[in-house]
Amino acid sequence: MIAEAGLAALWFAAALCALQLVAASAAVRGQTELAAIVRPVAVAQAVLTALAFALLIWLFVRVDLSVLLVAENDHSEKPFLYRFAATWGNHEGSMLMWVTILGVAGAAVALFERQLEQRTLLATLAGQAVIGIGFYAFLLFASNPFARLDPAPAEGRGLNPLLQDPGLAFHPPTLYLGYVGLSVAFSFAIGALVTRDVGPAFARAMRPWVLAAWIFLTIGITAGSYWAYYELGWGGWWFWDPVENASLMPWLAATALLHSVTVLATRDGLRAWTIMLAVVAFSMSMVGTFLVRSGILTSVHAFAVDPRRGGFLLILLFLYIGGALALFGARIGTVREGSRFDLVSREAGLVGNNLLLSAILGIVLVGTLYPLIVEAATGTKLSVGPPYFNAAAGPLALLLVALMGVGPLLRWRRDDGLVLLRRIAPAAIAASLALLAVKLAAPSIRLLPWLGLALSAGLALASIAPLWRRNLLRTPLFVWGMVIAHLGIAVSLAGMACDSSFTVEKLVAARIGETVPVGPYQVRFAGVEPTFAANWQALQATLEARRGDGEAIILHPQARAFWAPPTETSETAIHTALGGQLYTVIGKQAGEGRWQLRLWWKPFVTLIWAGGAMIAIGGALALLGRVRRGRRRPLEAWA
Amino acid sequence: MNDRVKWVPLVLFILLGAALTYGLAKPNDTNITSKMIGASVPSFTLPPATKTLPGLASADLANGKPHLVNIFASWCVPCIAEAPQLKAIADAGVPVVGIAVRDRPEALARFLGRNGNPFQAIGADDASQVQMAFGSSGVPESFVVDGKGRILQQTIGPINPPDVAGVIATVKAAR
Repeated sequence: MIAEAGLAALWFAAALCALQLVAASAAVRGQTELAAIVRPVAVAQAVLTALAFALLIWLFVRVDLSVLLVAENDHSEKPFLYRFAATWGNHEGSMLMWVTILGVAGAAVALFERQLEQRTLLATLAGQAVIGIGFYAFLLFASNPFARLDPAPAEGRGLNPLLQDPGLAFHPPTLYLGYVGLSVAFSFAIGALVTRDVGPAFARAMRPWVLAAWIFLTIGITAGSYWAYYELGWGGWWFWDPVENASLMPWLAATALLHSVTVLATRDGLRAWTIMLAVVAFSMSMVGTFLVRSGILTSVHAFAVDPRRGGFLLILLFLYIGGALALFGARIGTVREGSRFDLVSREAGLVGNNLLLSAILGIVLVGTLYPLIVEAATGTKLSVGPPYFNAAAGPLALLLVALMGVGPLLRWRRDDGLVLLRRIAPAAIAASLALLAVKLAAPSIRLLPWLGLALSAGLALASIAPLWRRNLLRTPLFVWGMVIAHLGIAVSLAGMACDSSFTVEKLVAARIGETVPVGPYQVRFAGVEPTFAANWQALQATLEARRGDGEAIILHPQARAFWAPPTETSETAIHTALGGQLYTVIGKQAGEGRWQLRLWWKPFVTLIWAGGAMIAIGGALALLGRVRRGRRRPLEAWA
Repeated sequence: MNDRVKWVPLVLFILLGAALTYGLAKPNDTNITSKMIGASVPSFTLPPATKTLPGLASADLANGKPHLVNIFASWCVPCIAEAPQLKAIADAGVPVVGIAVRDRPEALARFLGRNGNPFQAIGADDASQVQMAFGSSGVPESFVVDGKGRILQQTIGPINPPDVAGVIATVKAAR
């Protein structure tokens, strides 16, 4: 009965979504008596999808094998956490989560948005409903999560072992909150195009929503990167895999949007561009969802691929993105041009930020789709790897970092070049000194990491410069947010450069008792013994790592064999020290009592994710600051 | 705003959508007729790409035995998917040799350690010169070469499980 109740809730939610669309569009066209029901309908819709999602979680937790999806992805011997998280470790469940977040985001707009002009808000909620209907149809007609299986099997097939990790409970929900949260920006843009209401007030209303989605996206990407790093056992933290790119592209667009919306809010500039970015950001989320779910690109992350569903998603893509861009083409001519600004000004700096972020987005998009385009043109299959992405996006990213040091020190409208030079001098000097120091300390360092380290030193100083001579207690929270987020970029960049330049890697076939030096550590291979848990058995190595004469650190990397479904994975064992991480993996038996060991010393690699966390915290502070300030403005009465 | 410029995003998206539609609708055929079939392999000498295996020269491919030449790279994702099939082909007695494109020894060692090593020799093609001379535009690609160094078959993209028997049969027939 639970499954039927879930399906019924989903159908009711879809019907309410249709009602929301009809009522909101009628209200926009002038039938104001319908306006009053839009808000309650949006909220009820969200409650019903959330209910459907909660029921699916319940089915997974109690392992109801008469439901097809549960039988295919769940297993009664799994720990509670993985039965719970397995709900979204598959295609249908993750799409239901997608739709739930879409509904909840719409309800949040209906409940909390008070700054937006009423007609634009109604048009926005209509936009949210348009997106919702398509994805409800997708769920109900093409990927019903509640389909029954008769007769029910005795045991479920289990969850992909790579996904049997606490990361699954955390990474997909945050990433999806970011992905789908961007739908709000998209709907805002649609609403503004419909009512031709693009201006500072609109931008101030949209900004917190963009910020919120962007924060979740940042957390999701950072967490996903760390998860891939320790779970895959390859020692890398970013692989330029299509699925990773699919999450990076919306982030790049949202980051650009975050900065352009500030220009629109503060100086009433970049009107058309901001609308465009709002459309592009969520479009990238949808393209990403399509790429991941349809499996048209080869990816090591393709967990829940089903090409049959690709066609449906592609039609939705055409309708929504094509429709939004057509509306943009038809309406943007009637949006008044915003105000102009000088070449040396905060606005110009932010335009530079936007151009560079868009260029990087273009590079990632082209690189991700290039194999497909070449195949369409010539019939040739190929793969574009890190050599392309690093060489093409790396220099632009470094240019962006340099600009990031300068931008926040610029004044709005116009600034004096000479005065500016004096303001950025300390950071420029720090960067130059770092450039020299790094080359002296590591003469063989490659160009990009070298520049990366120098720029991160410069940016670290430049990003705290906006706090200079300010009363720190009276500095607005959103300035703190900017400072911490930019500082986070510097920290993350330093980690990336250190990891790519100074990592020490040892791949050895070691006998028990042998000692291998890795970076500052002496690692002794003390033994191997079998071990097991509820759903796997493993060979576990014992490694004793010593730094100088210090206490031995014991590490237990495992080669695990799962039996539902039968798969082998390697569990890394990582020791985090102040100066970096010791990363160990045990591989296959190499014969003659030898075992393959892969050992890495990765100096300062943790800075990568620490920086990511700082970026998200900066975003959260900015959001808090903006919402607080917004509260102080008089509330517009809801008619 | 200029009247034409505002439609540019829509046009770009339609092009993108067309590529995606093609990607979804395309037949899953990886064996195409190549102009290289019947031609001799280009003459080349490549240094070893790893410490453990010898390098590769065109002379090694004209030693009377047929070979499978696999052009690959450790940074290439489809190459990981292809690894089990190469292993199966090598286990069937086919000499498999590799050309590693724009790779680094340590990355390659890691790739072989993780995905298995079907190769008897791997040449390092650091500037893609030999890859291009083979008429190959991406990784992975595989060539069946007979004992005189003539190309008999070209597989573009990964060798998928259904292709394995065909590759082995072509090599056996060339003996």
